[in-house]
Amino acid sequence: MATTMITTLDRSSRAAARGLSDMSIRNFFIIPTILFLIVFNIFPLIYSLGYSFTDFRASTNAPANFVGLQNYRELLNDPFVWNNFAITAKYVIVSVSGQLLVGFGVAMLLNREIPLKGLITTLLLLPMMLSMAVVGLFWKLLYDPSWGVINYFLGLGNFEWLADPKMALYAVALTDIWMWSPFVMLLSLAGLSAVPKHLYEAAAIDRAGPFYTFFRITLPLVAPILMIAVIFRTMEAFKTFDLAYILTSQPTTELISIRLYKMAFQEWQTGRSCALAYIVLIMVLAITNIYVKYLNKVKER
Amino acid sequence: MRKLVTSVLAGIGLTLACGTSVYAQEKSLTIFWAEWDPANYLQELGNEYEKETGVKITVETTPWSDFQTKAFTEFNAHGDAYDLVVGDSQWLGAGSTGGHYVDLTDFFKKHDLGNVMAPATVKYYAEYPGNSGKYWAIPLEGDAVGWSYRKDWFEDPKEKEAFKAKYGYDLDVPKDFKALRDIAEFFYRPDQKRYGIAIYTDNSYDAMAMGFENALFSYGGELGDYATYKVDGHINSDKAVAALDAYKELYKFTPPGWAKTFFVEDNQAITENLAAMSMNFFAFFPSLINPASNPNAKNTGFFANPAGPGGDQFAALGGQGISVISYSQKQEEAMKFLEWFIKDDTQKKWAALGGYTCSQAVLKSAEFQNATPYNKAFYETMFKVKDFWAVPEYAELLQQLNQRIYPYMIGGSGTAKETLDALAGDWNATFKKYGRVQ
Repeated sequence: MATTMITTLDRSSRAAARGLSDMSIRNFFIIPTILFLIVFNIFPLIYSLGYSFTDFRASTNAPANFVGLQNYRELLNDPFVWNNFAITAKYVIVSVSGQLLVGFGVAMLLNREIPLKGLITTLLLLPMMLSMAVVGLFWKLLYDPSWGVINYFLGLGNFEWLADPKMALYAVALTDIWMWSPFVMLLSLAGLSAVPKHLYEAAAIDRAGPFYTFFRITLPLVAPILMIAVIFRTMEAFKTFDLAYILTSQPTTELISIRLYKMAFQEWQTGRSCALAYIVLIMVLAITNIYVKYLNKVKER
Repeated sequence: MRKLVTSVLAGIGLTLACGTSVYAQEKSLTIFWAEWDPANYLQELGNEYEKETGVKITVETTPWSDFQTKAFTEFNAHGDAYDLVVGDSQWLGAGSTGGHYVDLTDFFKKHDLGNVMAPATVKYYAEYPGNSGKYWAIPLEGDAVGWSYRKDWFEDPKEKEAFKAKYGYDLDVPKDFKALRDIAEFFYRPDQKRYGIAIYTDNSYDAMAMGFENALFSYGGELGDYATYKVDGHINSDKAVAALDAYKELYKFTPPGWAKTFFVEDNQAITENLAAMSMNFFAFFPSLINPASNPNAKNTGFFANPAGPGGDQFAALGGQGISVISYSQKQEEAMKFLEWFIKDDTQKKWAALGGYTCSQAVLKSAEFQNATPYNKAFYETMFKVKDFWAVPEYAELLQQLNQRIYPYMIGGSGTAKETLDALAGDWNATFKKYGRVQ
């Protein structure tokens, strides 16, 4: 204990000699960071909460009038908004489950000795390193019915991926799956490599089949890390904006984030959009909490 | 001593820098507009102004998709980045009631602009509320939706013969919507990668509204009663329903992937040999007569929006007026520019550069009407145009129109009557929300 204190004091005095005492570090780094967070995160959050109870429109010079819960009441009774939530839910389910299946499947294939494994893994990670806008524009060309390569290779003729209102959402989800499956793959690979080898050896001695080994050893042990992937991807998918906006931007792909953007910055219904943002925030928090509780249960098993 | 000298020199430098900056600010004006050819013409006109007065004009542009958002973000912040804005006609309500535009009523009356400019442009680009005698902009770029077509396809003797055999009348520039539909159907040949018609279908801003209005107004329909804001019985009238059906019918004959198209794609339909006819704003036609941007320039013709079944012939209004932004620090300088802009000589130069002047005198002149293959059609169209709602809540009304019409047009869900009944309900609720109807 005494040694530790002396070492600490020595370090402090050495830092002080260089002009970087604990106090200086706090003053130069921690306080500005906290101030930054308060000014740019906490203050707008509270300020927008206040606006959500008003009829404020930023496009007018009229003052904000307090309207109580009217914005929340109207939004929760608005069939268009519920439709946006339904579209978002559909998108999240398709996109996240697709990423889970593809990402975990590829990880299973890579979790063995194969030639050029490192190079293949690196190449597979490339999609998630691209910007959303670039991916959106790139896939817009790929989906094009006249000159897109997807229809050409699949022999689909003039099939309209993005123009068909029934297909457009799946086309956006497919792009998202292409982009983010590598993320699930990466986490799954980490989980798979952490499964103790002796469990498989014991299963082999007991003549357990691959089906039994997968469902009784691999999946239960990788499940916690897969749950983390699901939490991250669900939150991300729930707030998807750019990909859907760039690719199609039609009513059947109008995710709740797009509705929020239009309400706030095209229709300038500022108070109402603040209320919608809070509804979305509460929903994301609720979904995340459910996941985290489930994750804890999985860990306890 | 050395420190003192350094401080003094720094002070002088700073003073000079500030002085230069102030001088530069006084002698320049920034005009905000969307990114398209007319903005380039306005910049050229601005260069003329700089030569004459020494005041530098900068036309700052942004893509159409961001135009409204960027402009209103700046207005809402009371920013002075722009001194003038060439704002869309439907912004008049929001711009004036929001306090973003300077009241130009006195300027308008002093220069008798109500008589100098074409009546439709005064009504739709400058006055708000309608018939109030209050003006917030000077008509700058007249525009409306018209049509281009492939003259070589239309004039081909074999095509003419085949068309006459099939439809019983001569293939010619369509005089009404029935002929427009027949010609679109006639040239729709997917196996040859040739299609009948290119129309607006984009639902991001006002493309779908403009396209549908072209049919609606010519079919004798209306968006609503502009004086009472009553929409039920107007936007869902029998004529409006027939118009929506007619517009949807045209969609059947468009090229593949034509579900989210606006001005760029509609010009491409002509330049890339895709369609026999293409809807577009007149402001986009200059590039169609330029062989550098249109290999079919020699074979491209133009016509005004055809009449509906009852003989009504109208078109959707585009175009913009120029307004002085109330947060500008250089309003006086901006007013001087407007005084120069409305002069007859300037209006002639504006038209010669490619801008669509709103000056009656220039529009009526043979020189203007014969200057391009489409100027005559433009002149005729500008006297029979109608516009979308210009109320402050226009963006919500536009969004509701897109939400209702797009699924019917592109997705085929429901019927035209159901679509327009629902739209009438949405609009009525919005007008109620803003206290325009009980």
